[in-house]
Parts: sequence; C-alpha cells; structure tokens
Amino acid sequence: MRSRTAQILLVALGVVVLASFLPLWVTGYVLGLLTMAYYFGVFAMAWDLLFGFAGEVNFGPTFLIGTGAYTAGILDNLYQPPIWICVAAGTLAAVAGGVVLALPALRVRGPYFGLTTLVAVLILQNFIVVDAHLTGGENGLTVPDVISISDTINYQIALWFMAISGAILFALARSPVGLILQASGQDAVQAGALGFNVTKHKLMAFIISAFFSGLAGALLVFYVGSASASSLVDITVGVQIIIAAVLGGRRTILGGAFGAIFIIAMSEALRPIGDLSNFVVYAMALVVVLLFPSGFYGLLMRTRDDI
Amino acid sequence: MAAAASLEVSGLTKRFGGLVAVKDMAFGVEAGKILGLIGPNGSGKSTVMKLIMGIERPDAGSVRIGGVEVAGWPSHKIARMGAGIVFQHSRPLHRQTVLENIKLALLPDKLTRLFTDPETDARARVIAGRVGLSAVLDRRPATLPFADLRKIEIAKAIARDPKVLLIDEPFAGLTSTETAAFSDLICELRDDGRAVLLVDHNVKSVARLVDRVLAMYVGERIAEGTTDEVMRDETVRRVYLGGSIETAARPESSFRDVATPFLEVDNLSVYYGKAQALEKVSIHVHAGEFVSVVGLNGAGKTTLFNAISGFLPYTGNIRREGSALRGQSAAAIARNGIVQCPEGRDLFVDMTVRENLDMGGQHLPHAESAEQIGGLFELFPILRERQKQNAGTLSGGEQQMLTIARALMMKPKLLILDEPTLGLAPVILEQLSKALERLRQTTPITVLLGEQNVTFALPHADRVYVLEHARIVWEGEPARFATEMGTGYL
Repeated sequence: MRSRTAQILLVALGVVVLASFLPLWVTGYVLGLLTMAYYFGVFAMAWDLLFGFAGEVNFGPTFLIGTGAYTAGILDNLYQPPIWICVAAGTLAAVAGGVVLALPALRVRGPYFGLTTLVAVLILQNFIVVDAHLTGGENGLTVPDVISISDTINYQIALWFMAISGAILFALARSPVGLILQASGQDAVQAGALGFNVTKHKLMAFIISAFFSGLAGALLVFYVGSASASSLVDITVGVQIIIAAVLGGRRTILGGAFGAIFIIAMSEALRPIGDLSNFVVYAMALVVVLLFPSGFYGLLMRTRDDI
Repeated sequence: MAAAASLEVSGLTKRFGGLVAVKDMAFGVEAGKILGLIGPNGSGKSTVMKLIMGIERPDAGSVRIGGVEVAGWPSHKIARMGAGIVFQHSRPLHRQTVLENIKLALLPDKLTRLFTDPETDARARVIAGRVGLSAVLDRRPATLPFADLRKIEIAKAIARDPKVLLIDEPFAGLTSTETAAFSDLICELRDDGRAVLLVDHNVKSVARLVDRVLAMYVGERIAEGTTDEVMRDETVRRVYLGGSIETAARPESSFRDVATPFLEVDNLSVYYGKAQALEKVSIHVHAGEFVSVVGLNGAGKTTLFNAISGFLPYTGNIRREGSALRGQSAAAIARNGIVQCPEGRDLFVDMTVRENLDMGGQHLPHAESAEQIGGLFELFPILRERQKQNAGTLSGGEQQMLTIARALMMKPKLLILDEPTLGLAPVILEQLSKALERLRQTTPITVLLGEQNVTFALPHADRVYVLEHARIVWEGEPARFATEMGTGYL
C-alpha cells in the first residue's frame, strides 16, 4: 500500500513537471485559464478531505475561501503590508472562521451540518454587500498589489502551490490520521468505541481544509488583483467546487484537481455555444455522477485494480 | 468484600421520551469471568451495553470500570479506560484491507501520527493470527464471508487490550462450526483476565460460556444466577417459554381453487452473479391457504419472496390466478394485492405508529381506512396504546406488529411474511401467533410465511415446504413434518 501511495505521487509529480513546461508552448490566455484551474483544484482537494474522509458535506467551501480572500484583500487595501503578510492573515482568518463554524456545526448531526455551512456562506455574502466601504460591495474589491504581472510566473506559482497542497493533503489522507478520520466519517459510534475522539479529528480536518482554502483564496486575490462575491463566495462557485471534487472522484484528494481542470477546460472549449456551455458542463457532471459515482480517478484506479 | 469487579454497574437508568428503556440495573463482572446478559427483544439489553460504552448517556446511575466512575463520559474516553465493544453489525472500512482495518484500532488518538511504525504492523499481524484472519490479511472486507467480518470486529476490539469486553449477539448468523471456534476465542479472552459481557436473546446460546447469567425484561432485571438457576426461574420461564406445537391444518382439497391455485411458482431459478440462489423451485398457494416455507438462513426464502414480489429477474414462471406476473412492476404486483412484509421491517421510523398505518392505507377511502385501522388495533392492541409514538422508539416485537399491520392496511389478498419472528422473544412470538391465528379464522386472507423458527411456522400452516440450499426438499402437512423432517429443526 505504501508503495502504491509513492507510485501515485510519483506519477502525479511527473504530470506536474510536464505541466511546468507548458508556458513554452501555449499562449498567455491558456496559461491564465490553467492558473485559475489550479487554484480551483486546491479548493476541490481541500473540500474532498472533509467530504471524502471526514464524511461531512461542507456546502460552504466558499465561506472559507471568501474569508481568506477578503481578509487578505482588505488588509492590503488598508495598510499595504507585504503581500505575504496579507496572505498569511487571510489564511489565519479562514482557519479561525473554520473553527468558529465547525465547532457548533459538528455538534449537529447529518444534514444539519451541511445546512449550517450553507448559511455561513449567505452570512458572509451579506456582510460583503452591506460593508461596502471595506469590501467594495457588489462592485468587488480591487487590491493595489499583485504577486506578479508575468503570466508564466503566476502560472508556475499556481501549479506548484497546487502540487504541494495536493501532496500534503494526499499524504495526510493516506496516513494513520487519515485512516482514523475515515473511520470517524463512516461510523462515528464505532470510532468512538475504539477510543478515538471523533470531534477532535473532524475539527482538525476542518481546520486543514480551511487552511488550504483560505490560502488559495488569498493567493488568488493577488493573482487576479481583485475579489468579488460572485466569483469567490457565491453558492454557485461552491457548487462548482463540489462538482469538481465529485467528478474527479470522492475520497481520492487528487481527483479534485482533475475535476477542476476538466470543468474549466470544458467551459472554455464550449465557449462558442454561449450560455449553453454551462448547461452542457453540468449535464456531463450529472452523467458522470450517476454512472460513475467514483469519478474519473475512481475509474482509472478500478481498471488498475482489476488487473 | 471481594476485590472490586472490573465492571460495576449500579442504579443504571435510561429513558427515551416516556419509555423507560433501562430501569435501575445493577451488576458486576469480575476479571476473568463471563456474564451473560439475556433478554427478549426490546428488553433493553442493547441499551445497557450502549450506556456502559458511553454511546448513550445514562439518566442516572453509576458505571465503574476498574473502579473509576465513567458514567456520562464520552465513548472514546470510556474506551481508553479499558472498555471495548464488539458490535453485532460490522462496518469495516471497505477501501482498506483487513490488516489496515486492524491497524486502525491500534492507532493512538493523536493528530500527529503521520507514519505507521513497523511495530503496529507486527502487532496487527499477531492479533489477526489470534482470531484466525492470517490467510486473508490483504483482502478487502467486501470479499470476505460473514464469519470473517465478525472476526475483524473482535480483532479490533482486542487490539485495544480492553479490561472489559462487551460482545453483542456473539453468534448471530454463524454456523455451528463457526460458533464453536468463536466460543473458544471468547474463552481465551476470558482466560487473559478480561471481564466479558455477552449480550444475547436466550440462555441456551451462551450457556456453555458464561459463569453467571442476568435476565432482563422490559428494562428491568428479572433474574440473576447460574445458568441452571436462571433457566429454572419462574419469571424467566413465563417470559421465555411458548406452548408446545399443535397443528391445525386444513386439507388441501378443502380450498376452492384446487385446479388453478391463487399463486403458482413453477420451476423458478434465480442467480446472483454466478451463485444460484434458487434452483427450479415450484410451490403453489391456494386462495385462503396458509403456507409456510421453512428453511435456515441463506436457504433462499427471501430470494423466493423477492422474485414473487417482482424485485428480481428469474427464469421459470410465477402465475397469479393462472396469468403470468412477469413484466409487472413490483409496485403493480403490490397494488394488486400481493404484499410483502420484508425481513428488515422497513418502517418509517420518524413517523408515528398511526402515520405509518395511514401510509399503508393511502389508497383507501378515509372511512374505510379508519375502519381498517380499528380492526388492526383489535388484532394488535399494543399498537393502539403506542399510536402517537414514533415507530423508531418501538421495541422489535412492536415494530414487527406494526409492519404486519401496515401491510394489512393495503388489504392484501396474499400476505408474504419474511421471518417475522427474527430476533423476537417467545412472549412476543405468542402474541404474533395469536394474531395470525385470528387472521386465519376470521378473514379470507392468504398467507405465505417464511421461517427458520419451526415452532412458529407449523401451528398456522395448512401446508409446509422445506427449502434447503436453493431447492425445495420436502412438501407436506405440518403434522408429518416432525416425523419426516424434524431432526435439525425442532
């Protein structure tokens, strides 16, 4: 099993290294799309840690992302500290927000956890609109600084950020702690009877998920140079992240990255058909979820298992 | 006073709403001893176990493990105090191998453990060897037989080296050979110096193992002592012992549809993948007749019923009043009057008893539905009392009555009962038995009953089929059953 984990990581590393040479061939426009896709990949992978392993459906990934992004952006607007301080502050805020959300939410059972997280998104969205002098309201928040104006640099940062986040999340999921988390997610009663503090483990998963979501959200602000509720916080964004993770493969972590890239690539490929493109992407997601609930990654692994 | 017992319980009480599930329970189990906690379904024995383990919080009372008061603690802390539990139903991690499932139980409750140490691996292998799983260490649980899944549960429980081990229905679903092996294992665990609590339905199943037995009934202790003492106890006998078998079959020629029976199953075969679940099974049931299909677990009873209800593809023919049922949807078959009470009961647990019945009577005009419910309350008086209670809070026996009552709300022509007595105590069995007899005598209903329990299946049957390993091996009147087929069943 250990060697299998190493094998998968090695293949993934190969793919990432290949991807790092893409700037030599493709246009800046394509690089820009991929850069976005990589950040979304991190969102989806962080979400899968909660859904796939802790067994909790978090409908509010964008609450964590938005908290990270807006904290970083607002801080930059107000005091212009170095970007890394803004990003660190955003990440911390997302983790804090995650704890505040998860502590009460983990006490309720079943669908109520999901509902709580959904409401959190609405509250954040509302806050952004109401506190317009800080957040820019519906017009969005523009930050004075960006990490770089070079497409290639931004692309490499996003790529390696996704690669490192993915490796950490993947290794974590396959570690003993990941095993306990999975047991807690599947049968909390039994995990408790085996001496595991289920709440502690799930809270930790939430914190880790919040960490990567917030960090990715904050970095994304300094890549795009702006943040808006409709692109980072809205429920539809959350749903897209969820679709990416499920499409890629539940309980696989790395699948989320596939899923995110696939969705963004499909939307782009289908751009000529206009508004219909979203419809087609969602329909494809529906078909995959219905026919192959284990997602792309699951399909890939199943054929290997059969041999 | 003797040395403190490993597990001491006193004054333990638990209420669910108005229902007192456990009332003032007290007992102790010493290290190296086995206590059997027995009681019919709904007696509260599973709740006692959950209270000890912290899965449910007691309303009052004390639970001491190795002298430390743990009542009200969360489950993981109680586990760390040295209590372990073997659940009746196993839910292993399916993506992980057997070995990894055992390793899970060996992990400390820490967030910092990112790598497995080799020692954990070695210990997991030793434990697997001890329970007899060495040959299947690298298999996934889904590919294993039931007995091996139980072994995984045991392995996980002993991995934590518990001082107190709670085992829920240790032998449920195991063959006699597997039961013997399992018994040996439990004895070994006792000889390690653990205190073991075995929870089961009747004394017989645990008699060979236990040092003492405690019998419960509706939440209270009714007897405690050695196996013999408890078996001789007046109250226990009254709660447990049903009447002797009397049969009252009506001859087949007395039914009007002798030429074309109401239901004809002809050369029925069913496959699950490569496994043949039914092999050329032919049975028939006349209108108004009570027919029992007797067979052990896995014989194919449920498969037969599911094929009749239209849930499964099959070869052969199933005819109702001469015309084939094939091609009709399960819903249409049920609507037209062939209604099955599944083994799993499938009640709407969050709805009240009354709402469950109303659901069954959806298609009836209001007045007729109310009249039908009235009739059913006479058949099962306890349901009238429990009308406003959620179905999930009923005891197993009451749930079974509700399941049958709900099926009867659909005014079936043929009622299929799949193992209605599964897990029920004789006292409840007797109530069910009376209800069936009343149905037989006062209504024109036809019943097809699948049972392992011969004492329940025979008295009501006009005819009996015996199903063994996917085939019908015997057919006849219940009176002939005892002499021709009795050994192994009675």
